[in-house]
Amino acid sequence: MKCDFCDQKATVFLTQLVEGQMKKVCLCDSCAKERGVTDPTGFSLADLLLGGLPGGPGTAAGGGSPAAPGNGRKCPTCGFTLDDLKRVRRFGCSDCYATFSEEVGQMLRGMHKGTSHIGKVPEGLMATQFRNQRLEELRSRLDQAITSESYEEAAGIRDEIHNLSETKP
Amino acid sequence: MMRFSTLIKHPADWMTGGQGEHGAVLTSRIRLARNLRRHPFPGWARREQRAAALDLMRPAVEALPAMKGAFSHELGDLTSVQKQVLVERHLISREHAARGDGSAAVIERRQTFSLMLNEEDHLRMQAIRPGLQLSAAFTALSELDTELETSLEFAFDPTLGYLTTCPTNLGTGLRASAMLHLPGLVLSDQISQVLQAVNKIGLAVRGLYGEGTESLGNLYQISNQSTLGESEETIIRRLERVISQVANHEQNAREKLLEDDPEMVADKIGRAYGVLRYSHIIDSKEALNHLSLLRLGGTLGFFAPQTVMVCDSLLMDIQPAHLQLHSGRKLSPEERDSIRAEIVRSRLHSLESPDNRMSSKDEKNLPNPSNPGDS
Ligand SMILES: [Zn+2]
Ligand SMILES: [Zn+2]
Repeated sequence: MKCDFCDQKATVFLTQLVEGQMKKVCLCDSCAKERGVTDPTGFSLADLLLGGLPGGPGTAAGGGSPAAPGNGRKCPTCGFTLDDLKRVRRFGCSDCYATFSEEVGQMLRGMHKGTSHIGKVPEGLMATQFRNQRLEELRSRLDQAITSESYEEAAGIRDEIHNLSETKP
Repeated sequence: MMRFSTLIKHPADWMTGGQGEHGAVLTSRIRLARNLRRHPFPGWARREQRAAALDLMRPAVEALPAMKGAFSHELGDLTSVQKQVLVERHLISREHAARGDGSAAVIERRQTFSLMLNEEDHLRMQAIRPGLQLSAAFTALSELDTELETSLEFAFDPTLGYLTTCPTNLGTGLRASAMLHLPGLVLSDQISQVLQAVNKIGLAVRGLYGEGTESLGNLYQISNQSTLGESEETIIRRLERVISQVANHEQNAREKLLEDDPEMVADKIGRAYGVLRYSHIIDSKEALNHLSLLRLGGTLGFFAPQTVMVCDSLLMDIQPAHLQLHSGRKLSPEERDSIRAEIVRSRLHSLESPDNRMSSKDEKNLPNPSNPGDS
């Protein structure tokens, strides 16, 4: 039996129930290695298909995968296409969420208790956001100070902006 | 670096400490999913991209103070029995065990934290605690996560939260779950009713072994499904509330069974004792079901209280990969059944018969009418 992804002889066989259908995937040694599969038991097929379908970056034919027919939308960071998304219902990288934001909106309908995040925010990120917000505030105060010709105040604000931009979170 | 044999030599605290809430809740587990910015997710990455992500994450994870001297191995370096043992201990997922080079497992010495690198997401971090301790487990894991943020840049969107390979984990990336032992609800035919109610409020329930509501060993797992739109604290608070309600139902069911049909209860527990003490061939289904009754007996006073802990370690040790590791070679199913019986017999060898214990307890507890000064 031949490998599903190239012409070599298949040595690893995966069978799994995906949405009620038995699916079988055959891989040769090198394609199995490329996908990081060593033990066919219990491996999630969806995961394998995600990175392994012809045209994906993980296959011999992959790399510069040809634009998917019908629609050209493709993640600029990782090359994941709309067709890939429709097939596996997962994403290729975190930037895919911006590339396919419309689809994300549809997928999220009814999936969770809500559609926007409440909860933990990475601390470094929060500090950056807070800093940017504060900078914006200071800049508009600076504009006002200059407009009203309060130069002493403007100088103080300039110093503050300067200090804040220096501290990298 | 810690060796596999050292890691698994002793049972973890969480494996034998599940006696809170009358022993109905064995363990609490918190999992957080995190991904690196700008790196393709593991399933979509090329081999060298996966390796690059691993090279970034592994030193960061190993440098965490909590992970000092941790077990840290690439999955390609572990045998399939070793990987299977880690799965049976719930330290890595079945999916992760199927992976090889480019994926790794970093497990804290006491097995209370385990981190899967390049699983479905770049990082799947897990904290396990005995009994119902979801909040404590979350606090500990979240601290670890915060420390990692200083060295790794996680993919995060202000609206969607932590970005994950699968949209079902978006937002908090949190999966909180508890393992429950519910023999009272099963014996009194209330289990499906209770599980349906739990399901209705959006929580997932599954048997730990076996399919659907029929679960070997009467072991069930309850977890959250929604990860987006609620804070970690809200999700965990709801789960803790529901789980302690289920544990209360379980306790009431046990008490009612003892009151309504003490003979049936004594018979079931006595039979379990007989089979486990004296059988020489036992498959895992039979062993799990009898251990479940023995554990029930431990909580009801049929056996010494520490019997519960003995049962909890046996639940782990009688599983196939643990048996193979124990005997150091590949075993046929027949050999497994006899080694399983041998291990069970030797662990329970000093366990006193429930009849002796119950009768001596009766004598002690019942006021003696001929000696009024006693009561
Ligand atoms: Zn191939
Ligand atoms: Zn992408």
